[in-house]
Amino acid sequence: MKKVFGRPESLTEVPFTYCPGCHHGIAHRLVAEVLDEFKVRENTIGVCPVGCSVFAYLFFNVDMICAAHGRAPATATGIKRVKPDSIVFTYQGDGDLASIGTAEIVHAANRGENITVIFINNAIYGMTGGQMAPTTLVGQVTQTSPYGRDPKTMGYPIRMAEMLSTLKRAAYISRVALNKPANIIKAKKSIKKAFQVQLDKKGFSMVEILSTCPTNWGLSPIEASKWLEENMIPYYPLGEFRTPEEVA
Amino acid sequence: MGEKMLMKGNEAIGEAAIRAGCRYYFGYPITPQSELTAYMAKKLLKMKDAAFVQAESEIAAINMVYGAASTGVRVMTSSSSPGISLKQEGISYIACSEVPCVVVNMQRGGPGLGDIQPSQADYFQAVKGGGHGDYHLIVLAPSSVQELVDLTMDAFDLADKYTNPAMILGDGLIGQMMEAVEFKERPKVELPDKSGWTLTGCKGREHRYVVSFDLDPNILEKWNLKINEKYKKLKEKEVRYEAVNLENADLVIVAYGTVARIAKTTIQMAKKEGFNIGLIRPITLFPFPEKIIANTAGKTKKFLTVEMSLGQMVEDVKLAVNGKAEVNFYGRAGGIIPSPEEILKEAKKYL
Repeated sequence: MKKVFGRPESLTEVPFTYCPGCHHGIAHRLVAEVLDEFKVRENTIGVCPVGCSVFAYLFFNVDMICAAHGRAPATATGIKRVKPDSIVFTYQGDGDLASIGTAEIVHAANRGENITVIFINNAIYGMTGGQMAPTTLVGQVTQTSPYGRDPKTMGYPIRMAEMLSTLKRAAYISRVALNKPANIIKAKKSIKKAFQVQLDKKGFSMVEILSTCPTNWGLSPIEASKWLEENMIPYYPLGEFRTPEEVA
Repeated sequence: MGEKMLMKGNEAIGEAAIRAGCRYYFGYPITPQSELTAYMAKKLLKMKDAAFVQAESEIAAINMVYGAASTGVRVMTSSSSPGISLKQEGISYIACSEVPCVVVNMQRGGPGLGDIQPSQADYFQAVKGGGHGDYHLIVLAPSSVQELVDLTMDAFDLADKYTNPAMILGDGLIGQMMEAVEFKERPKVELPDKSGWTLTGCKGREHRYVVSFDLDPNILEKWNLKINEKYKKLKEKEVRYEAVNLENADLVIVAYGTVARIAKTTIQMAKKEGFNIGLIRPITLFPFPEKIIANTAGKTKKFLTVEMSLGQMVEDVKLAVNGKAEVNFYGRAGGIIPSPEEILKEAKKYL
């Protein structure tokens, strides 16, 4: 009998610790499938962040290091500079990448570090219990924006994919979503492209993944997917912002 | 015999590191250590299987060190006081993860932005941990450019031996001065095999990880105790100091680095005036040479600790003396270097 579906080899047997309806699990699986398809599992070093995915080192069946909050692109730089032929990826949330780690992500992209960044944007801090992220939408209620995000004092949500696309050494930048099967298929293609860019040594690649956080949004998984579609995608347009052809 | 060269302290560290097999350097410019960053750029950018990155910040630099160190290579970063403060979070992660690396601090006057003159005011930060949590660095304090070279090479060996970050604690004076140095042939040191923990890709084995946390307090306590065992071993096996003129000394100066060198001149001046002054110069600040100080306290009743700070190492001297002798202190702050004359004047108060 032909096996048509199974657990990717690049994932361990350890059950995910994520909440029901959270998209981290899908994102993990897509990355793992891509590593399997490129047959690079045994030559990959992953860098996990501080945040909900801090335990990703237990889930990915590849060598992993857990970086300090926001510093994953720097830690990945250290690894990749020593091992230029290894596949190196970071997996970061929006507090990690777009707040405390803005310097590291901007400069890793600007240097064109040949790494792949998986950036989970769920518009909130998950692990600490639902505080405002730099990506929190205007008017969105969180623990630290209890009356809604007010752009007059809290600024507007940061569009990281667009921001990093202004950098010449950023080879591949895209934004995808995981809220429905059609988007998941596109997301997988985009993640694959990002790793292909790294395999071809073309420079920095990042896939921003719009994801849900039902627990901290206070919504059911189905409502959360709908909220993402209706609120996040209009502000954070999906698509490719930079592709290797544009790289000088 | 090795070759002799005239070198500036900061550049001598770079050359020593490269000769010790360090091919990876991540740093950020800051006075008075920038010559070291520039030296590493000049050398490593031209070498194969090597990397130099001018990081976006000291924070990024130490986290690049963390990544590189986790693959098992010899790696270094350097800075001066305010920059070392920025690195502390990363150093704490590295110490907890038990990966080796070398960090150089050419201290300048503080606190705050301070100035760019030599200082020893980062002693507490260097020897008591510096970042959050229970950990120590292996701290080496050179007092000549030759010793900078020798101790830099030793720092890589010690870091590998104990899988712990090692720090060279110098100051702006030693970093900036030029002296003749010799790169000696070094005896082969037996070092532990790294293949059991390095991140290389999991070909032919189970996947592994380098992390600095465990949410189970029982496991984290065991982890702390395991790390603490290394510090006990360091205290047993790696203490280094220089003792000068301790026999029948009327007073013993305790000083490290640049200040110890100045104190040696004080001792000569005192001799001419008929005073017998001794010196204990800790070379390892962690592990601290407690025993020689305790033993000397049994014979000499007066100590004078001299530092370019307002009194930091003196606390460890007092702990070692443990009430058996009088411990006095003289310090200059803000980047002022004490002269041999003023140390002698201070010493005479107790003679």
